[in-house]
Amino acid sequence: MVCPDCKVKQLTEALDLAADYDTILIKKGIYSSVNTEIKKQVVIMGENYPIIDGQEKDEVLVVKADNVTLSGLWVKNSKRGSMKDYAGIRVVDSRNVKIINCKLENTFFGIYLANSKNCLISGNHSKGANYGKSDTGNGVQLWKCDSITIENNHMEGHRDGIYFEFAHFCLIEKNLCEKNFRYGLHFMFSDSDIYRQNTFQNNGTGVAVMYTKNVEMYDNIFRNNWGDAAYGLLLKDISNSIIERNTFTNNTVGVTMEGSNRITFSKNNFASNGYALKVMANCIGDTFMYNNFTANTFDAATNGELRENSFKYNYWDKYEGYDLNRDKIGDIPFRPVSLYSMIIEQMPYAVMLLRSFTVEILNRAEKSIPGIVPETFQDYEPMMKPNVL
Amino acid sequence: MFKIAKYVMYDILRSKVLIAYSLFLLLVSFSLFSMEENSSKSLISLMSVVMIIVPLVSIIFSTTYFYNAYQFIELLVAQPISRSSILLGEFLGVSVSLLTALLIGVGIPVLIYAPDSTGFVLMISGFALTLSFISLAFFSSVAMRDKAKGIGMSLMLWFYFSVIYDGLVLGILFSFNEYPLEKAVIALASFNPIDLGRIIILMKMDISALMGLTGAVYKQFFGSSFGIIYSLSIMLMWIITPLLIALRIFKKKNL
Repeated sequence: MVCPDCKVKQLTEALDLAADYDTILIKKGIYSSVNTEIKKQVVIMGENYPIIDGQEKDEVLVVKADNVTLSGLWVKNSKRGSMKDYAGIRVVDSRNVKIINCKLENTFFGIYLANSKNCLISGNHSKGANYGKSDTGNGVQLWKCDSITIENNHMEGHRDGIYFEFAHFCLIEKNLCEKNFRYGLHFMFSDSDIYRQNTFQNNGTGVAVMYTKNVEMYDNIFRNNWGDAAYGLLLKDISNSIIERNTFTNNTVGVTMEGSNRITFSKNNFASNGYALKVMANCIGDTFMYNNFTANTFDAATNGELRENSFKYNYWDKYEGYDLNRDKIGDIPFRPVSLYSMIIEQMPYAVMLLRSFTVEILNRAEKSIPGIVPETFQDYEPMMKPNVL
Repeated sequence: MFKIAKYVMYDILRSKVLIAYSLFLLLVSFSLFSMEENSSKSLISLMSVVMIIVPLVSIIFSTTYFYNAYQFIELLVAQPISRSSILLGEFLGVSVSLLTALLIGVGIPVLIYAPDSTGFVLMISGFALTLSFISLAFFSSVAMRDKAKGIGMSLMLWFYFSVIYDGLVLGILFSFNEYPLEKAVIALASFNPIDLGRIIILMKMDISALMGLTGAVYKQFFGSSFGIIYSLSIMLMWIITPLLIALRIFKKKNL
């Protein structure tokens, strides 16, 4: 047991005294901890959030043993720098580490897992130091990890809320990432991860994921990512993935896809975005089914003919077709790309004419006799009523 | 001058066209606002309507009014009143009545449903457009003696500003796509009051993020205090210049 009035006054002393499988209980108080290494398999519990203060000198806690549990700690003030990624809690080469219900404040990186397996990060709240984009680290960073569960965390004010590199077979659930300077979620080369019921909102540029396959995203919310370069979700070189039942609202671009193949989008809700979809012509074999598109300024944009992408059973609020046989599916195909969005894609300055009468006329003309918009970008079986999601 | 304006206003009020116009605007605005829960969405739709209907009605109404009041103007010219005060009086009378119609038709619904800065900017643009198209109408009706020709010219002017000009802009942008056009685009917008009015409103609506880099350029320009002063003065130019030309012609004209 550690407390300011106890025999053991510092965490480091307690660690020296402890053996494997011991539990260290820290009572409320302020403890300085500069780069404290935890090399024994211990459980460290905090009572009423004792403050573990790194005094901006180095990292705060470094876990280098398996089966370590940290819970109820309030970790503060790591150093920041551009040469080394100083973290509030760093886990290196370990297995079965649990970090539960900790608070992190003014740390450069929040929780940093390197080369670790089977860990649980749950119920933590991390608030990044507010020094602007270049001077903050990531909320949760995983590097070369495997089978990590990240759930119920709240990340704000970091560079990236959650950042993965080479993290496989992870489960990311019910997290809230908001007001991060760059991305809410950002990963590369992280195959076979599952994202469920997370909320990414008000981030500098939304969510960007790259160079990964077998990603599954269910029931996530991407909203209010509004700005010159912001998207709800940017998919770059993602393949064989499933994106289902997500909500995209009030983003400049709901989903941008570049070089992304064999992705299934189904039952997603796109509402009130600037562009709902931006699908670049290098995306092949993607499927969009049972999605709802409502109140978006542009439903879709592209920069050329799409190959082997299919759109089916989506609901588009701009659809003006009819349903003679009453099977609830429109009888004529819907082309979500308007002529004007093609024009803007080619000459951005034409945005000057946004919502002008002439543009309306051009769009109408193109709609009745399509010639310029991509032949392949159409929903052959659009729904007459919104899909029930 | 003010006396003439007063007579003109009474005359217009009697003609009922103006009442129909305000009722129409009122109906459109209320139905747009009640159709959408999100008031900013309906403001955008309302903007589209205002950008087409208001210039059209302003220019056609003023032109026909001018020709219908031609005998009255001839009578006035015979009196010891300066020609400029006759024309300005007419202008004032028509302007005040059309602005009132706009205020009732669009202003009241905006005040009820969207009393924010965007709504305010929409009203300001609507007023400026009304005034500049009345001014253009006076120009064409003074320039043409024949009523049919005058109305034709007004219609052409409206068609030019709301349709042809944008087509030309598209053409220009298409031909010079390879060049940096930031400044040129702002200049192009200044040569058409409708485009200018629309861009000012869109800037206010935070829709600019949609526009990517170009939007950022616009925002930087039109969002700055210099940009606001610039656009207001350009709008003012669009009101004053045609009126001044009309005044010059009217002074020398053989009635």
